[in-house]
Amino acid sequence: MEIKVVRKVLSVNEKMAEENRRLFSQKGVYVINVMSSPGSGKTALLERTLADFSKKIPCAVIVGDICTTHDADRLARCGVPVSQINTDAFGGECHLAAHVVEKAAQEMDLAGIRLLFVENVGNLVCPAEFDIGEDSRVVVMSVTEGEDKPLKYPLMFRTCHAAVINKSDLLPHLDYDLDQARANILNIRPEMPVFTLSAKTGEGMTPWLEWLRARIEEKASGTTG
Amino acid sequence: MHEMGIAMEIIEIASQSIPEALKGAKVHSVRLKIGKLTAVVAESLRFCFDIVSRDTPLNGAVLCIEETPVVARCQECAGEWTLESPSFSCPACGSGKLMLISGRELDIEAIEIEDEDDAHANGGK
Repeated sequence: MEIKVVRKVLSVNEKMAEENRRLFSQKGVYVINVMSSPGSGKTALLERTLADFSKKIPCAVIVGDICTTHDADRLARCGVPVSQINTDAFGGECHLAAHVVEKAAQEMDLAGIRLLFVENVGNLVCPAEFDIGEDSRVVVMSVTEGEDKPLKYPLMFRTCHAAVINKSDLLPHLDYDLDQARANILNIRPEMPVFTLSAKTGEGMTPWLEWLRARIEEKASGTTG
Repeated sequence: MHEMGIAMEIIEIASQSIPEALKGAKVHSVRLKIGKLTAVVAESLRFCFDIVSRDTPLNGAVLCIEETPVVARCQECAGEWTLESPSFSCPACGSGKLMLISGRELDIEAIEIEDEDDAHANGGK
């Protein structure tokens, strides 16, 4: 005999994500989930972003580098609170789930924080499926990867609100077709803001920083008004 | 890559869904609806499910997976279409403002428990 169930398989995660979202909103924190394949430059992008923001906007970071503390160490040097998500030395987690973010957030003092970055595990597949209670998602791809990344990982690009094409300083040395890369992103999400920049040199950072600042202000006015 | 965790969630939800009167009955199958725009590989999920369902009421159950197509509705012209490739612009008016009405499902729909006669004996339907 058949017994009807009709439930979302990830309903536990979704419930936890909603709780995170409520908590972050209460505290007036804008949360951005930063995702990419390994080595696209998430940490470098955050370092460069924090260098500009951290003196003006109180920031914090949750880092999902599950095997080492390398990324957390780099970001802590930016002078902001950093919470490291720990599993074991061979941690095989392929994404951050909402309850993991909740635990990391509990361990930090979010009072007064306006911007919380969550640097997800380097992976273009699994993190796309897991809501962590963020306000926005950004996907970072770099010019040393194929232009076709968006077409190969449509769910990731479809669920993000902005895309960064990083390592633009390498363009003169590569056959990378920037127009094609942009077109592929827009094919998946036609209205996505795309920022081509170099986190290393700082070239092209301004539009990204402005976009981010506008989101933080939107959130702040939403919670106070 | 996260199919193991998803398999465990399925077992948790399915186990909770077995009525008290039928505890101990064999679960034949679990009916799932998985959208094409979901980061789940059916074969990996089946593999993981077979492993983690051992020593649970779901041991030996089969996953019946209905794959749902990616269907979008244009918010400008209200047209609806099925996406065969990942291109998210309206084929009629070219707008990129669209809503996905199917394709992101990851739902557990029903479980099938043995057997009809037992079920009648227990007053089930």
